[in-house]
Amino acid sequence: MPFDVDIALQRGSAHIAARFRVGPGLTALFGTSGAGKTSVLNAVAGLIRPDHGRIAVGDEVLYDGATRLHLAPEKRACGYVFQDSRLFPHKNVRDNLLFGWKLAPAARRWMALEEASEFLGIAHLLSRMPRTLSGGEMQRVAIGRALLSGPRFLLMDEPLSSLDEERRGGVMQVIERIRDELALPILYVSHDRREVDRLAHHVVTLGPEGTRVTPGIRTSDAPAARRAALRPVPSIPHSP
Amino acid sequence: MAGILSPEEWQVVALSLKVSGVAILIDLPLAFALAWLLARGRFPGKVLLDAIVHLPLVLPPVVTGWMLLLAFGSNGPAGRFLLDTFGLGLIFRWTGAALAAAIMALPLMVRAIRLSLEEVDRRLESAARTLGAGPCRTFATVTLPLALPGVMAALVLGFARSIGEFGATITFASNIPGETRTLPLAIYTALQIPGSEGDVARLAVISVLLSLAALVISETLTRRSGQRKAGHAL
Repeated sequence: MPFDVDIALQRGSAHIAARFRVGPGLTALFGTSGAGKTSVLNAVAGLIRPDHGRIAVGDEVLYDGATRLHLAPEKRACGYVFQDSRLFPHKNVRDNLLFGWKLAPAARRWMALEEASEFLGIAHLLSRMPRTLSGGEMQRVAIGRALLSGPRFLLMDEPLSSLDEERRGGVMQVIERIRDELALPILYVSHDRREVDRLAHHVVTLGPEGTRVTPGIRTSDAPAARRAALRPVPSIPHSP
Repeated sequence: MAGILSPEEWQVVALSLKVSGVAILIDLPLAFALAWLLARGRFPGKVLLDAIVHLPLVLPPVVTGWMLLLAFGSNGPAGRFLLDTFGLGLIFRWTGAALAAAIMALPLMVRAIRLSLEEVDRRLESAARTLGAGPCRTFATVTLPLALPGVMAALVLGFARSIGEFGATITFASNIPGETRTLPLAIYTALQIPGSEGDVARLAVISVLLSLAALVISETLTRRSGQRKAGHAL
């Protein structure tokens, strides 16, 4: 099971509980605002610590309340794409992209800078500073930065919400290609039904009455097998 | 250029630069640690620490100087320790003037660094953590570079404050030519001597120029960091 989550946590006055086990592919975390979708994502990333429960991704346990295990975020090898990009404003696009790449052990890198920038269509932006990018470009760079850090799985928090309709389509295609060609397990937060319908293999709905898991598109077609064909991508060492 | 000022006056300027330079170098690590505690720390007594750090800003400088005498004078516990352990004398010495200037400049430096640390977007630090950077690396590659303009501004402000320091210095380290007679003390001394209005004016002009340069540099640094943050928000 790529994502095996059973946690409870308190954020301010809100009590958040999430419980789901899903197979490979893209899993949408769906629900009204305030249901705690982002908190669940942050807990999986290790940015917040649940009150109790357990989080496992693949065969690795990331958090276990019973044994007081709580892996630091930097030890979880997750690629987190935030709603607001969070590009480092003092580094150019190339250095943003390479930030996690340089920190990842060579064995875990499965993508090179050239490949990622080609794939995301950002090769012409490498020497630009983040403040000069459009919203869509920023989000592509943020996705590239996450991919280059050699993640075992991706977390995406409404990556399309800050984009206008026009730019949305392009980034949506990128996400579909990551889902299908790279076959990374993805946990994808959204409150947009159309996005979920188009992208998700599994839909996890968070709400006050509990967590509900429903099948999304092409569950049988979840691309676990195809990943072998693409991985490992021959990594071209990039001299920074 | 050298003819504008007498050798004694050049000595005053050089001494002022030395005292102020040493003062802000002493202050920098201390101010950064205090600013970090006040910006990020959660501990009981934080309000009290904040108040104590700011005390030299609001106390009459002569009181600060007197308290320095109590602590660092030849009979003060800290002064005795420094003299016995390191052979470091402070009374009537330029080192004492540097200490007085450092204490007086500290609150300003803590404020500037604290503000810049508070403005660092913590969400960027979270992003760095998820990308594989531990807390120390996150600090070195994200937090510190983003706070750097504030740190530079703190150095400049602290330098300017040190150049102007008078009350605590004359109380604690006295007014010794060549040792503790910095620019303001030299101006004060010249004012006591009838017919030396020209000396006062020349030294005053130098003070104005140094302070003006410091303010312009500090303002430029602050504005540059502001632009960068605004750019990020777009």
